[in-house]
Amino acid sequence: MPEVDSCVQAAGGPLIDEPVPIGEISSAKEKPKMTVARVGKKAPDFEASAYVAGEGFKNIKLSDYSGQWVVLCFYPGDFTFV
Amino acid sequence: MGVEVLSVSVDSRFTHKIWNAVELSKMVEGGIPYPMLSDQGGRIGTVYGVYDEEAGVDIRGRFIIDPDGVIQAMEVLTPPVGRNPDELIRQVQAFQHVRKTGEATPSGWTPGETTLKPGPDLVGKVWEVWKP
Repeated sequence: MPEVDSCVQAAGGPLIDEPVPIGEISSAKEKPKMTVARVGKKAPDFEASAYVAGEGFKNIKLSDYSGQWVVLCFYPGDFTFV
Repeated sequence: MGVEVLSVSVDSRFTHKIWNAVELSKMVEGGIPYPMLSDQGGRIGTVYGVYDEEAGVDIRGRFIIDPDGVIQAMEVLTPPVGRNPDELIRQVQAFQHVRKTGEATPSGWTPGETTLKPGPDLVGKVWEVWKP
């Protein structure tokens, strides 16, 4: 069956190992621990929808590239000038 | 060099497709050869410390990630200044060399130049082996 690509494609976003359930947060000051990117530390895994030229649309996880060197580049937006 | 590139912005995958089709493919023959990821909502950028909530965009952040999934380098710029791909390539070559040999690469190192072998014998003797 051909795969239908709908308008909305859910993707996991940041894949944090063990998010703390809301009920277990004892005070308002105590927030769930969020993995934050730092050199020398594991890169936080994530899943995003993507466009791949020649392949079309698919979801991609950073962990799909385990065992390979990866350069991850964020930029402000398509059709911007720089 | 054996490096996979992933680009990320808050644009949708549809916008990525059209941007590649109408503009980028005219700047790069054959279009963009790597996956263009969508971070709508900026949740991924937030975890990487590059999401600007006021502007609603991911600013220019670049991360070199090794085969173990460890971040070896990061560089973050505000939007009006573009990055330098030559320096990115130099850093990747240096990190790959370090991973393979256990040596250290001094400032500005490029492949073929002197490397340093850290250890007790090198203390106070860097000037003898490395002449920038």
